[in-house]
Amino acid sequence: MATEFTLNGASASFDGDPDTPLLWVLRDHLGLTGTKYGCGIAQCGACTVHLDGKNRRSCVTPVSTVAGRSVTTIEGVSGPEAEAVQSAWVAIDVPQCGFCQSGQVMSAVGLLKARPRPSDDDIDAGMAGNICRCATYVRIRQAIKDAAEAMEG
Amino acid sequence: MKIMASGIAALALSAVALPIAIVAAPREGGEGLRPASSFATIGDPTQRSVAIFEEMGKVLQSPRCVNCHPRTDRPLQGDDQRPHDPPVTRGPDGHGAAGLECSTCHGPANVAFANGEGSVPGNPQWHLAPIEMAWEGKSLAQICEQIKDPARNGGKSLDQIVEHNAHDSLVGWGWNPGAGRTPAPGTQAEFGALTRAWVDSGAHCPAG
Repeated sequence: MATEFTLNGASASFDGDPDTPLLWVLRDHLGLTGTKYGCGIAQCGACTVHLDGKNRRSCVTPVSTVAGRSVTTIEGVSGPEAEAVQSAWVAIDVPQCGFCQSGQVMSAVGLLKARPRPSDDDIDAGMAGNICRCATYVRIRQAIKDAAEAMEG
Repeated sequence: MKIMASGIAALALSAVALPIAIVAAPREGGEGLRPASSFATIGDPTQRSVAIFEEMGKVLQSPRCVNCHPRTDRPLQGDDQRPHDPPVTRGPDGHGAAGLECSTCHGPANVAFANGEGSVPGNPQWHLAPIEMAWEGKSLAQICEQIKDPARNGGKSLDQIVEHNAHDSLVGWGWNPGAGRTPAPGTQAEFGALTRAWVDSGAHCPAG
């Protein structure tokens, strides 16, 4: 039986092994390659999407568990938090190689939805699962603070 | 011919190795638990109660329990009880920090890694025990007193502790921890029966 879910606001379906990781479905079957494969074991955060609005590592998410739920990827994320994060990211050129950045952006948006005015500690705790091998952490933290300020102002 | 000879040798080796593997295989649930009934031979109720709790301690002090009863804000993981990686924190309610909640990685059930050995554990109730229920680094006597103290056990009566140990789904995960983790000793039913027998014998604790 196919797994039916909402993807970026539209209906989506996957007719395959229900244990297939959501990440595989997004990238290989639905052609949404913005979500990245980093480690496959929920250690790096590159595959972060939103599941019913909350951060979720798609590499350890069997597609069967998203049946009837709403998945948002980097291609579809929207709203004031997403706009503020995107602007802040561009303003200070956060990415270096960029591979981890879709996961970083999704986690940052998820953090701001849960904590609109995060302290440095909130940012460190909320982003601790997203690894950047270019070590852009200082700019990521600054951009999240800038995005929070922009939303407030 | 050489291939056939090596194949025969491998077959012969497997014929020897298979019975050894069967003998050496641990019982389901890892190390076993003594049944509650086996403590009936201890005449003194206090000594019997203490002995039963010490048997329960095999579960309570296993990595499956202690890892999520940490003394800091960071859980442990694995049979070697290393600090959790990624470096998550308990957050305000034991469900993780905003943006990196437990549910960011832990789903309703264990999930085998798609690219190799191991798994990410899961349960619908996945969360850390409150800090007042920290067991890491404590003696069995200290854990025992803590479990009996409503101020440090979530306000539970002894009967509710029996129910919790015997039937709670997240406690039960300890015997179904997924690939890469040793299950808690025995079974949840045996653990529940031991808890019942411990309470019925006065819920005495080991000496400090």
